[in-house]
Amino acid sequence: MNFERIKEKLEILADAAKYDVSCSSSGGNRKNKNGGLGDSHSTGICHSYTEDGRCVSLLKILLTNHCIYDCAYCVSRKSNDIKRAAFTVEEVVDLTINFYRRNYIEGLFLSSGIFKDADTTMERLVRIAKKLRTEHKFNGYIHLKSIPGASDEIMKEAGLYADRLSINIEIPTEKGLKLLAPDKSHSEMIKPMGFVKNELILYKEEKKIFRKVPKFAPAGQSTQMIVGATDETDLKIIKVADHFYQNFNLKRVYYSGYVPMLEDARLPSIHSQVPMLRENRLYQADWLMRFYGFQANEILEKSNPFLDLEVDPKLAWALRNRERFPVNINTATKEMILRIPGVGTKSTNKILMARRFQNLNLDHLKKMGVAVNRAKFFVEFDSHNIFTKYIDDQNFRKIILNGMKSKFANPFSEQLTLF
Amino acid sequence: MTTLLYDGSFEGLLTAVFEVFEYKYTEVDIVSFSNYHQENIFAQVHEVVTDVAKSERVLNKIKVNLGSEGISRLLLVYFSEKTVAEKLILSAVRHSLRNPGKNILQDFGNDDILDIAKICKSVGREIHRMHAFVRFEKLQDDVYFSKIEPDFNVLPLILKHFKNRYQDQKWMIFDLKRHYGIFYDLNEVDFFYPDEIPTKDFRKTENLLHEEEVAYQKLWQRYFFKTNIPERKNLKLHHQSLPKRYWKYLTEKY
Repeated sequence: MNFERIKEKLEILADAAKYDVSCSSSGGNRKNKNGGLGDSHSTGICHSYTEDGRCVSLLKILLTNHCIYDCAYCVSRKSNDIKRAAFTVEEVVDLTINFYRRNYIEGLFLSSGIFKDADTTMERLVRIAKKLRTEHKFNGYIHLKSIPGASDEIMKEAGLYADRLSINIEIPTEKGLKLLAPDKSHSEMIKPMGFVKNELILYKEEKKIFRKVPKFAPAGQSTQMIVGATDETDLKIIKVADHFYQNFNLKRVYYSGYVPMLEDARLPSIHSQVPMLRENRLYQADWLMRFYGFQANEILEKSNPFLDLEVDPKLAWALRNRERFPVNINTATKEMILRIPGVGTKSTNKILMARRFQNLNLDHLKKMGVAVNRAKFFVEFDSHNIFTKYIDDQNFRKIILNGMKSKFANPFSEQLTLF
Repeated sequence: MTTLLYDGSFEGLLTAVFEVFEYKYTEVDIVSFSNYHQENIFAQVHEVVTDVAKSERVLNKIKVNLGSEGISRLLLVYFSEKTVAEKLILSAVRHSLRNPGKNILQDFGNDDILDIAKICKSVGREIHRMHAFVRFEKLQDDVYFSKIEPDFNVLPLILKHFKNRYQDQKWMIFDLKRHYGIFYDLNEVDFFYPDEIPTKDFRKTENLLHEEEVAYQKLWQRYFFKTNIPERKNLKLHHQSLPKRYWKYLTEKY
C-alpha cells in the first residue's frame, strides 16, 4: 500500500467531510454472530473528541470531492478552486477495517461529491458497504449518505447494508435552496427520504409475519440543516424539523451553524461569527420536542419567531407560562415534572422513583443533581418554599438570570468594577 | 465496635455481610486484609473465612429483593475499590432486608443509596471510557495490544464487550496500574498475572510493533487533525470530554 498517497487523500477527503455534523453511532443492532469483525453498541461510542469539542465516532470521509454541483454553501462546489481527490473502493475498505481493529472508530460514515450522476455515485457507495459486510464480515456501523435523485433500486440495496441513511436538506426552505443551490431541487432531495421511510414501515410489517427478514437501515435516517446561511427564522427551522420527525420518522435532525469559508454575495460575510449559541438553542428545542413532550408551537410563536439567546427554551417557556407553576414534586405527573426548568429526564425518573419512599424536598433535589438555581423557583413541596414568591415578581427573569452563569459568556469581557 | 477482616474477594465481602447478621453485630467496619493498616484500639477484630455457602445466601437474597440488576449494581460498587464500598454494600443489604417488597436501590432520598447511584455512575462511565479509549497496537506476532490505567478496576467488566467485538484477531488489554491483563487467543479470554515481568516492559512496545503499525497510526493522527474545525475551537469542551489523564495512551493525542 502506498501510505503517502493514502495520507494525502485522507487529508483532503476528511477535511471536505468535516462540515457534516452527524456523528452518532447509535441505534445499530448488528451482533457479531458470524465470527467476524465488530459488534454494534446500541447507544453508540464516541472514541475521541477533536479540539472543537465534537466527538469522533465514525471514520467520516468523502469518497470523492469532485462534484458536478455548484452549491454556494459547500466547500466542494464545482467552481471552488481546491485540491480534488478520490478514494478507490479498496482503499476505503482497508482504512475502515484497520481503524476499526485498533478500536479507533465505531464504523464508517461515507458521503461523496456527485460525479457523473446520482446513481453512479450511490452505486459506488453501496459497493463499499456491501464489500465490508459480505467479504470482510464487518458488523460495525455504516452510515451512508443518500444521494439526491438516486433510484429506488439502489436505495433499497443501500438499506440492506447500511445502518443509517441520511440526506442533508441543508437549507430549510425551497426559496433558500433555489438561491444557494440552483442545480438541486427540493423534491429530488426529499424523494429518497420518502422511499426509505416507506421501506422501514414495510420492514416493520414484514417482521411481524416472518421470523427472518433482512435488516433494513436499523438505525433509521437523519438529516442536517445549515443555520445562519440564509435568513430563516428559528420558528421555520423548528417547524421543518418537526415536519421531518412527524412525517418521515427521522431519528435525528442535526443543526449546523454556518462556518463562513467562501466569499459569495449570497452568503454572510466571510468574517461573520459561527452562530454557536443559536445552534445550541436549536438543539435544546429539538430535545424538548423529542424527549420532553413539547409541541413545536409551544416552543416558539409567530409573533416571536427567534429563540431567546439569553435563556434556554424550556426556561423561556416557563417564563411565558408562569400560571402553570409552582409544581408539587411529590404529586405532579411525569409530564409536568419534565417541564420544570433545571430538571432533566434522568432527574425526573429519580424523583418519580424516590418519592415512593418518602416526601422529597429541595435538599433531595439538589443531591440528585437537579439544577436547583433554576428549579427552586418553580417547585413546591410539603414545607414552605421561600423561592416561589418570586414567580409573580416583575423582575423575575432578572432574578433567575442573576443566579445563572452562561457557558457562552466570555470570562474576559466583563468590565471590572472599582468598588 | 467490631472490625471484620475479609480476603478482598466479592464472596468474602458477602460472607462478612452474612456474619454481621449471624453474630448480630450492630456497629461494624468491614475491611479487606490489604487495606487494614491500623488497628482500631476500641474495636474487636473478627476474621472472616470466605464461605461460599454463606455468600450464596446473601446473593440469593439480593436477587430476590433487587433482581440481577441489583446484583450487578452492587458489583460495580465493589469494583470501584472505594474505601466506602463495603459500608455501602452492607447498608444496602440492611435497607433491603427492612423493605423486602421494594427495590430500595431506587430510594434516592437515602444518602447511602444516592452514593451507590453515584459510584455506579462513575464506574459505568469509566467502563464506557475504556470501550472508547482503548487503543490497540498491532505487534509483530499479530496480537493487538493495548495498555490502560483506568480509575477503577474495570477489566473484568469490559471483557465481554471486547470479546464480542474482536473475534477474529488476537488481542490483549493490560492494566498497568493493577499489573494484570486479559488476553484473547481466538477461542477464550483469559486473565493473566505476569508476576515475573516488570510493568515497565509492558509500557515499552516500540520495538515490538508490526511493520505497518506506525503508518496506520500516522493516518489516524492526520485524520484526527483534519476532521477538526478550527473556527469552532472549544478547548473547554475538548478537555471535559477527553480528560487529560487518558491522553498518554491515545494514539491521536501522543
